[in-house]
Amino acid sequence: MDSFSQNPELTTSIMAVEFEGGVVIGADSRTTTGAYIANRVTDKLTPIHERIFCCRSGSAADTQAIADAVTYQLGFHSIELDEAPLVQTAASLFREMCYRYREELMAGIIVAGWDPRRGGQVYTVPVGGMMTRQPVSVGGSGSSYIYGYVDSNYRAGMSKEECLKFTAEALTLAMERDGSSGGVVRLAVVSEQGVERQVILGNQLPKFSTV
Amino acid sequence: MSSIGTGYDLSASTFSPDGRVFQVEYAMKAVENSRSLFCVFGVTEYAVAGLLADARSLSEVSREEASNFRSNYGHDIPLKHLADRVAMYVHAYTLYSAVRPFGCSFILGSYDEDDGPQLYMVDPSGISHGYWGCAIGKAKQAAKTEIEKLQMKEMTCRELVKEVAKIIYIVHDEVKDKAFELELSWVGEGNYWILYSTSITTFLWTSF
Repeated sequence: MDSFSQNPELTTSIMAVEFEGGVVIGADSRTTTGAYIANRVTDKLTPIHERIFCCRSGSAADTQAIADAVTYQLGFHSIELDEAPLVQTAASLFREMCYRYREELMAGIIVAGWDPRRGGQVYTVPVGGMMTRQPVSVGGSGSSYIYGYVDSNYRAGMSKEECLKFTAEALTLAMERDGSSGGVVRLAVVSEQGVERQVILGNQLPKFSTV
Repeated sequence: MSSIGTGYDLSASTFSPDGRVFQVEYAMKAVENSRSLFCVFGVTEYAVAGLLADARSLSEVSREEASNFRSNYGHDIPLKHLADRVAMYVHAYTLYSAVRPFGCSFILGSYDEDDGPQLYMVDPSGISHGYWGCAIGKAKQAAKTEIEKLQMKEMTCRELVKEVAKIIYIVHDEVKDKAFELELSWVGEGNYWILYSTSITTFLWTSF
């Protein structure tokens, strides 16, 4: 039984929330090849540009390749325009690739960041290659378990701290229930001031009562 | 006045001893055969002066650039970038002896929410600049003088349309120039308009 005959997957829980002045993004840290956890401290929050990130779920290889390609294209575009790129542009580039090669790829990506024209924005590009902007978006296999939590607890106009707490709690709940998600919670805040990253270790995760 | 670049003016790939490219300068003179053409694409408008065929070909190029940008990046091309692209294209034709430079100047105008109103001009040498007001063609000096008298930033689009039409009438030389047709076009918040000369007389007389 050769577990490497299966592709490394980011079967995952990822999330992004818009707030006034930026976005909060979060992800778990588990990469699996079959039942084996190939990486238990994965960083699924990938920078595409100074103030634009993507949260990756699906095939690890596919999402890395796509992210690298988009990073190159966006960097070139930004230099040509002599301006910070729009988050929407990054999301469009992801969408173009994910839609064009939809038969070959398995990638669910959330693009989130801050640009000077439209502030904090979250765009989701799920498997299949559609693209839509959402104030809050969840993705990955673990997301199924937290739609109810997110829908009932999200409020428009939350502060940065409230968004961080909301994201950490949602991801913790997803990681509790989804076997393919786990490890630590990685969070990042992207705003005009830049990027602040943090890690919440396993024993520091928020506690929910379980019978 | 104009000097003849005997021997150094046969191709765009030759410099004269005083560092000029005569073919490009001759192309700029072609602009003074003013035939203006207004084309519209999306919320960008062009006005051109010079050889009509060159102008048409260039406007097709700029449409393609705008369209490709939109399909690659998912949003409308910023006017500065479009002007740069058109300018680079025009400049390329000033480098080789196998082709001649474009004999037309190009004014691009647009309005969008983020940048507001923008105006750029590309000339046959491949330079592009942003402007608050500009004029091209035979009477450009006189027109520029008139434009400088305007306080553009404090005027609305509606007022400026009238001023622009007035300036065209002012600089038109009754003796030397043929009868002319005035075509007006303007881009503003939410819309663009083209006005052809049959409607202009009525429009202008009611406004004055």
